[in-house]
Amino acid sequence: MDRPMTVIVVESHRDRALAIVDALKDADDCEVIVIGSDSGLARKIAAHDPDVVLIDVHDPSRDKIEELTLASGPLDRPVAMFVPNAASALARAAVEAGVSAYVVDGMAPERLRPILEVAIARFQVMRQMRAELEQTRRALEERKIIDRAKGLLMKSRGIGEDEAYALLRKTAMDQNRRLADVAQALITAAELLS
Amino acid sequence: MKPVVLRAAYVPLVDAAPLIVAEAMGFAAAEGLQLDLVAAPSWSAARDMLILGQVDAAHLLSPIPVAGALGLGGVRAELAAVSVLSVNGDVIGVSRRIEERLRADGFAFDLNDAPATARALARAAPGGRLRMGVPFPFSMHRILLDLWARGTALADIAFDIRTVPPPLMRRALADDEIDAFCVGEPWGSVAVESGVGALVLAGRAIWAFAPEKVLAMRRDRAEDPSRNAGALMRAIWAAGRWLSRPDSRDAAAALMARRALIDVPAELIERALSGQLTILQTGQQRHVPSFVEFHAGLATFPWRSQARFIADRLAILHGLDRAEARDVGARVFRTDLYRQNLGPMGIDLPGASEKVEGAIAHPTPVASRRGGITLLPDRFFDGRIFDPALPES
Repeated sequence: MDRPMTVIVVESHRDRALAIVDALKDADDCEVIVIGSDSGLARKIAAHDPDVVLIDVHDPSRDKIEELTLASGPLDRPVAMFVPNAASALARAAVEAGVSAYVVDGMAPERLRPILEVAIARFQVMRQMRAELEQTRRALEERKIIDRAKGLLMKSRGIGEDEAYALLRKTAMDQNRRLADVAQALITAAELLS
Repeated sequence: MKPVVLRAAYVPLVDAAPLIVAEAMGFAAAEGLQLDLVAAPSWSAARDMLILGQVDAAHLLSPIPVAGALGLGGVRAELAAVSVLSVNGDVIGVSRRIEERLRADGFAFDLNDAPATARALARAAPGGRLRMGVPFPFSMHRILLDLWARGTALADIAFDIRTVPPPLMRRALADDEIDAFCVGEPWGSVAVESGVGALVLAGRAIWAFAPEKVLAMRRDRAEDPSRNAGALMRAIWAAGRWLSRPDSRDAAAALMARRALIDVPAELIERALSGQLTILQTGQQRHVPSFVEFHAGLATFPWRSQARFIADRLAILHGLDRAEARDVGARVFRTDLYRQNLGPMGIDLPGASEKVEGAIAHPTPVASRRGGITLLPDRFFDGRIFDPALPES
């Protein structure tokens, strides 16, 4: 990454927060903002628009972060977890599962930034996949709508399938609207009239 | 014989009782198990520990495994809800400021009238806005609030629902981050006891028989006989039956408090177990029948229609295809494993695996192998009926 990375660290313990800030500062090119886990979490995170959020795996506020970072939530962001050394098996398993980055406590500073970058990259891939899936789903739905509209036209005007499609297309182009929107309008009108 | 050790994650709440009791009262040992209970700091942590194989089973909010099957939140994984752990048990409470306004308005604090409470809250909401804390996006709390807000006077105000972890609910209320909350016990009673809140409605006033928590396992482990899911399910069932006896309450409350599993006095835990809730700081009490059920009315049977309903509500909340979500979600509640593992114990089981949700107004016998099952009322506050066989109910 060649632009500065903004990291929000959710951390109530002052000493540990300072250690994390130091670690990331050493890795340079990194803006680190530490916030407490108690109040106004959503507002503070939104205000800083971070690239990644780092939180202790034992912090109950993790559930709050999960809400904020849901695909449908206000902050679609990667989240990385701090895991104590004792639970490093969990960290490994989580990374293998391929979603969150789990960062083991006491890690050398120069290793922290690459891990966060991996978290961000992996998140972008996931988001891309989600977007493509959504697109495919929408395309399928639109095809269904267009098929229904074609059927309506064929029945009411006694024309063939190709002709019905051509009529829909022409109407869409004339009105400068999307084919699926014209089809939907036709279905709605037909339902109202029937 | 050396017991088989199973690790189980729980979140410190009264309704984790079946797991705690199964270990402490010897029901696990009777099945040849030793339960190694792991307190999870958050629901997402409990879920991830289960998915990643750090624990064998977990006490989870009933919508979490359903949400997972729908691809919502976190790591996508196949989880199975092998039993319902508890039915009902949520409370809705408000800040002292809202409490004062409700009192001035002549509100009855009856805990049982969802539409009247909604009307009073809509009037009391400061500037026509109510900020409501819930523990997790995929929770029965969230689903109940959504049903309630859509169907009442709350639809006319800005009803803003946000996630607040239960142990932090009291503080969020005190710091004026939220005006109200929906939470599992003991956290509602903790808010009352510490003088920052009052209780206004029991969750069961919205849905009288709502599956609240489930015993969840990874699907592969639940289906693998060598993983001892059956023994665990039988131990949990026996613990639930023990918990349902009124004379177990003192011991259960002491147990949960004594082992510092839930860091609050036993007296607060007993309120939920008995349904005798203190609703105001001044000490007024209300009794809520079936406040939380661990056994009665076939509480632990994982009706597929319950999962279907949960999936439908999640689909509405997250903009998914409802018909598809209902079918995928219904498969998460494993009536088949319940029958297979508990049937040989000789307990009575219903003939059906789905039921019409919301249709029972009075305790009602249902068709079962031996004819000994009575279902408890499961009405919704608005009288809606969810028929799993109908596409859009």
